[in-house]
Amino acid sequence: MQTFDYHRPASLAGALEALRGAEDGKILAGGQSLLPIMKLDLVGPSALVSLKGIAELRGIDREGDTLRIGAMTTHAEVAESDVVRDAIPGLAAMAHGIGDAQVRNVGTLGGAIAHADPAADYPAALVALEATVVTDRRHIAADDFFRGFFTTALEDDEIITEVTFPVPDKAAYAKFPNPASRYAIVGVMVAARRGGVRVAVTGAGRGVFRVEAMEHALSDEFAAGTLDGIAMAPDDLVSDMDASGEYRAHLLGVMARRAVEACG
Amino acid sequence: MSETGIGAALRRKEDARFLTGTGTFTDDISRPGQLYAHIVRSPYAHAKITAIDTTEAAAAPGVAAVLTGKDMAADGVNPLPCGWQIHSRDGSPMAEPGHPALAVDTVRHVGDRVAVVVAETRHQAREAGALVEVTYEALPAAASITAALADGAPLVHEDVPGNLCFDWEIGDAAAVDEAFAEAAHVVELDLVNQRLIPNAIEPRAAIGEYDAASDMTTLYTTSQNPHLIRLLLGAFVMGLPEHKLRVVAPDVGGGFGSKIFHYPEEVIVTWAARRLGRPVKWTATRSESFQSDAHGRDHVTHGELALAEDGTFLGLRVSTKANLGAYLSTFGSAVPTYLYGTLFAGCYKTPAIYGNVKAVFTHTVPVDAYRGAGRPEAAFMLERLVDLAARKLSMSPVVIRRRNFIEAFPYATPVALEYDAGDYHATLDMALQLADYDGFEARREEARGRGKLRGIGLSTFVEACGIAPSAVAGALGARAGLYESGQIRVHPTGSVTVYTGTHSHGQGHETTFAQLVSEHLGVDVDAVDVVHGDSAKSSFGMGTYGSRSLAVGGNAIYMAMQKVIEKGRKIAAHLMEASPDDVEFERGVFRVAGTDKEKTLGEVALTAYVPHDYPEDLEPGLDETAFYDPKNFTFPAGAHVVEVEVDPETGTVELVNVSCADDVGTVVNPMIVDGQMHGGLAQGIGQALLERAVYDDSGQLVTGSYMNYTMPRAADLPSFTLGTHVTECTHNPLGVKGVGEVGSIGVPPAVINAVVDALAHLGVTHVEMPATPEKVWRTIRDAQA
Repeated sequence: MQTFDYHRPASLAGALEALRGAEDGKILAGGQSLLPIMKLDLVGPSALVSLKGIAELRGIDREGDTLRIGAMTTHAEVAESDVVRDAIPGLAAMAHGIGDAQVRNVGTLGGAIAHADPAADYPAALVALEATVVTDRRHIAADDFFRGFFTTALEDDEIITEVTFPVPDKAAYAKFPNPASRYAIVGVMVAARRGGVRVAVTGAGRGVFRVEAMEHALSDEFAAGTLDGIAMAPDDLVSDMDASGEYRAHLLGVMARRAVEACG
Repeated sequence: MSETGIGAALRRKEDARFLTGTGTFTDDISRPGQLYAHIVRSPYAHAKITAIDTTEAAAAPGVAAVLTGKDMAADGVNPLPCGWQIHSRDGSPMAEPGHPALAVDTVRHVGDRVAVVVAETRHQAREAGALVEVTYEALPAAASITAALADGAPLVHEDVPGNLCFDWEIGDAAAVDEAFAEAAHVVELDLVNQRLIPNAIEPRAAIGEYDAASDMTTLYTTSQNPHLIRLLLGAFVMGLPEHKLRVVAPDVGGGFGSKIFHYPEEVIVTWAARRLGRPVKWTATRSESFQSDAHGRDHVTHGELALAEDGTFLGLRVSTKANLGAYLSTFGSAVPTYLYGTLFAGCYKTPAIYGNVKAVFTHTVPVDAYRGAGRPEAAFMLERLVDLAARKLSMSPVVIRRRNFIEAFPYATPVALEYDAGDYHATLDMALQLADYDGFEARREEARGRGKLRGIGLSTFVEACGIAPSAVAGALGARAGLYESGQIRVHPTGSVTVYTGTHSHGQGHETTFAQLVSEHLGVDVDAVDVVHGDSAKSSFGMGTYGSRSLAVGGNAIYMAMQKVIEKGRKIAAHLMEASPDDVEFERGVFRVAGTDKEKTLGEVALTAYVPHDYPEDLEPGLDETAFYDPKNFTFPAGAHVVEVEVDPETGTVELVNVSCADDVGTVVNPMIVDGQMHGGLAQGIGQALLERAVYDDSGQLVTGSYMNYTMPRAADLPSFTLGTHVTECTHNPLGVKGVGEVGSIGVPPAVINAVVDALAHLGVTHVEMPATPEKVWRTIRDAQA
């Protein structure tokens, strides 16, 4: 790890100022991805701007049919929140399955989606749940936020403040974890609401993606059996030492069915 | 039994300091004026070093020196030696290419050491390390056994044709040919015993220090056997006399074999410290551990078992190719030979056995002993073949094993060992009962209703621990003795310090050995301290590996206690005005037989150190040392039963039950024995289901971190059901055998046998380790196709 400056501002304005003042500044949220790659010298920012001291970035609340989660809210807080469990139990369950207890206690919603790891869990949840990413300057629909492999719509100096989720009728996440890292080999979030059904997949591609054939089938009839016979093309999916594209294609179907079943 | 003696489930004395974070591990030690070393490692599996430019690194802040292999060679530092010489079947000695601590002109695996940067801080050393400019000429690599044995394969060492280190054999090939000719049935199997990475929780670390005033060199190191390191480093590598070289292995956080060996970093810090006149510390990062700790296993094997019509084993033929990695590690040559081939009989009276092992150099990290070391490979091969035979003959896997069990002891196997004791039916009976084996079919049926495929598998196995005696090991190529020392120092008021040449790095010796003293000298365990891990304190020793500490070291301690008792008897007899022959010793008290005259050990000890009223011809003091060289190996044995449920949709294997009955000889501390079983089982299950080291064709280590090297975690394991059935070792006074490796030897074949059983109705006959979800899913899919 190379030497760097460390800033811990108490306000969003202070964070933006510190970030703009740094030659090669990076935002530090929970640090569960950033710090390991810094230790491996894969990145060497000149400054880290920690968001830990900014109270307005934390917290969970619900207004009507909208669930709001502050960007610096940890996975453990989401998993254990009565508000989340009541509004979108599938989201709380998903957060409970991220990494391990240590990661969940430190890792944050904002950090996870800004990093946009193609095997992270949150991107599938945001896309399936039609969430909106709120930053210091704008609102970005989840569909527009994720732009593929570790890529998002964020500007270099843009800071996520919160994510809002319209509460669905039902939603559930099923994940087949990598046995070593616990990232998703395939993770499928299914969400149903009056407007239709969304099926969003993480871990299997270079970024989160939706499976329209499954969405159509489930919109017609929301039952696991309707997914039978919908085959994914293995060549379009990630293939690595832990799972071939062929296996991922198969697992995608299994996890989608299990997510539908878990919706109850 | 005393309350703190043999058989007592005492909590471990050492745990208070480990659980409160007050242990002293190598990286906790800092010496005055200490510098830090960063090692520049090869990113290539195979390359020529054409130039090393150290100018910029040497000028970086805080840098004291940047040293290369050429500097080391110029100082007359020798390559690292191998501790065991194997002879090929044609009688020729194994190829023994040099293993320089710092590469001179060629690198042979990713992580091979190229240069060392020594600086004032760890951070400065690392930053300057990035400034060392090494120019490589990348060469094609042979990163697997297959690649290394291919025609025209790149040579790992130019003077080792075909990358073949040796071509070894054991047993009687002609007798096996005859057995196969007469056989009613033959089963055969190709299998892989995959490469594993040990992953001790404490990364390796070393500090070299030189004191000019006393001309004393000290090495602090994360080692399982400090005396052996002193011998190798002093006598072979650096030419330092033993009285001027001290090796200290303080608290060590796990080894599993990987810290037995003499490593280049130990040489590098010692040499750099002497050269610079300041202490030099190195601590591995986890990435370095993956790339430089010796790996384990890595065999490709073809096994054949010949049987009579009734399932009696007639002959066994085994052909194995073993990966040694790029260099011969300290015991790398012994593992796939005398720790493997000698176990081919298992617990069966197969009359004819022949094995051939070709050991191959590849452009990968050296391979050496890892928990079990050769014996898991033997047990896996044999127990898979036995299960396969049972299926072919439509026999129960229990019945076929019982039909072939060795029942009379001593038993001389066709592969060089003589088993002294055991009762294989008894451990199998117990394991089947613990597992409710008879009730399995109902559970299988119930699981089927839930969409799960349930299977049960067993293994019955023998291992050989405490390699010995020294003369036999020497005749087979060992370059060291395999005895152990034990010293009992009774202090003037009766408390005791035990000095042992074994080393505890998680095993709990401070408790187990104290219990031996409590039992035999009648001293409370709290009045006993065990000292190990310092060549300046213990007289000599061979360290801890191969489950030898109690079987060899414990018996040395026992013998030293007998000397203490003998001397104490003379002192007590003098004090009580009796003949020594009439003095009995029991539970800490010397007593004149048939009288109420008695003297405690404390009174006798005080007299020994304050000898005012003392036998005329007796030396003062009560401090005795014994060296114990066993007459034979010990032979723990057991039966493991594993029950799994396979999810046919995903291929996931869930362990439902693991039931083990083991005969580890006399049990000193049952809680420690259970702990050793749990750890060994976790690692064995890790091999069966989770772990594998993967190199790509270019020799890059794909599984170089915990992102994709799967260590077993608590959630992967069920609660274990354990039992012990004791037959005592007949040739050591404590009757002990050893337990450290049992789990990792016995359980892998039981797991795979269970997975195969779950899928057998589909026609599946074998699943390779690790039985990962995708592999199992493919097996099911292919079987259904």
